[in-house]
Amino acid sequence: MLQLNGLTKVYNTGDKALSDVTLSIPDGQVVALIGPSGAGKSTLIRCVNRLVEPTSGEALLDDINITTLGSGGLRKARRKMGMIFQEYALVERLTVMENVLSGRLGYVGFWRSLFRKFPQKDVDEAYRLLDRVGLLAMVDKRADELSGGQRQRVGIARALIQNPSLLLVDEPTASLDPKTSRQIMRLIVELCEERGLSAIINIHDVALAQMFVQRVIGLETGKVVFDGAPTELTPEVLTQIYGEEDWEATIEKVDDDAEEAV
Amino acid sequence: MPMQEKNGQKVWQLRTTKSQWIRWGMWLVGLVIFILSWQEISDKTLWFMMDNVGEVIVDIGSRATPPRWSYINQLWWPIWDTLAMATLGTIFALIMAVPVAFMAARNTTPSKFFVRPFALLIIVSTRSVNSLIWALLLVSIVGPGVFAGLIAISIRSIGFCAKLLYEAIEEISETQVEAIRATGASPLQVMVYGIVPQIMPAFAGIAVFRWDINIRESTVLGLVGAGGIGLQLQSSLNVLAWPQVSLILLVILFAVIIGEWISAKVRGAII
Repeated sequence: MLQLNGLTKVYNTGDKALSDVTLSIPDGQVVALIGPSGAGKSTLIRCVNRLVEPTSGEALLDDINITTLGSGGLRKARRKMGMIFQEYALVERLTVMENVLSGRLGYVGFWRSLFRKFPQKDVDEAYRLLDRVGLLAMVDKRADELSGGQRQRVGIARALIQNPSLLLVDEPTASLDPKTSRQIMRLIVELCEERGLSAIINIHDVALAQMFVQRVIGLETGKVVFDGAPTELTPEVLTQIYGEEDWEATIEKVDDDAEEAV
Repeated sequence: MPMQEKNGQKVWQLRTTKSQWIRWGMWLVGLVIFILSWQEISDKTLWFMMDNVGEVIVDIGSRATPPRWSYINQLWWPIWDTLAMATLGTIFALIMAVPVAFMAARNTTPSKFFVRPFALLIIVSTRSVNSLIWALLLVSIVGPGVFAGLIAISIRSIGFCAKLLYEAIEEISETQVEAIRATGASPLQVMVYGIVPQIMPAFAGIAVFRWDINIRESTVLGLVGAGGIGLQLQSSLNVLAWPQVSLILLVILFAVIIGEWISAKVRGAII
């Protein structure tokens, strides 16, 4: 369970990216975080694993206060949080296998990782995950040889091999075509179900979010302005989050999508 | 250029008339400086030496040919010294340049205010002095020979390699580093997985490029007594043994071509 209490981030430039965000995400819940560009979505998930240091407030994962951990404790806590990125953020010149195994770095000593001597059970798990995301044939390819959708699958495998209890997902589909986007979202949601993971998914595509998640949080200039079920996303709510626009076409008829998502 | 209307038409020019005149003025100033400098050089040149320039070239050319091929047996060892000096010098320089580069790069330096200026000072000071000067100094410190040349080559190369490498480090994609950090990796692991793969092509390119330069530099270090084939060149020049000089130049040319060929191959294989 992830609990955020009054999480606030003010950048050195004076921009207030997050102000007093309080919310809790129970185990196994997949949450979509929507909001206009610059609303603080990326900042929020980066404050959870402290790639960005929050200015004040606290983030607790399974009752451990991440915000006050020292560097050693933080590294341990990060192992429990898998992160998936918009531009995949694979190490381009390493192979698919090395990229996946890099998810185990928090568990493996320096020399073993330097010489790529990962424990056999990690390698087994990597094969299992690559099989699960459909990339078993690509094991020895270099990451920069893969297509966008394939890269994101590697990114997912890298996050999952950490054996996390929470996934932080930053715009997983923003660089992908509509079909691949759906496949990737479906894969993430399925995997969360299989493993009982909770997840925060930053996403621009409101319809896509409605299709796959149980809960939507709307962020606007660093504040939570909506928190509810996907069905509750009305044109009024979207206007509040994004500003005035004709929203009728954006909102999916949820009945149809419930079928499609199955 | 602000919009102008002439006879009801919108006229467009890249520059205003004033800035155009300023540009012409600058060109004129440049031209005057060039002519004055030329004048200065001309006044200090002994033009009468040039009267028989063609004859002298033909004369030296005829004395230098054919090269004294039998002299080659005395050159094997010096050319080996030269190549060893260049290669070992490059390796030592790289070993020292890597930590300096990491200290100098803005995104990896331990401290922007204390460590980074120190690293930049190392880079600037080793780069600013020519290896021939380093060799001169070192010959008087450690005595003449290959060792002095080796040290000269490595010192001169530290700054060069570290500068190019730290620029490569500053250009890496930060999100890849972030992704590794997010897995709970230690700082050393972040370096090995997040940074090193990204700078490997640059590193390999810098290494062979500098090695290539060092082969050429090490051929002349002998002129100041720092070992290698330059010693033979010096002594041959001193006794006006032109056939030997031409052979040495051929050998140097050959070594440089081999060096370029190898470095081109290596670069092609890695990038």
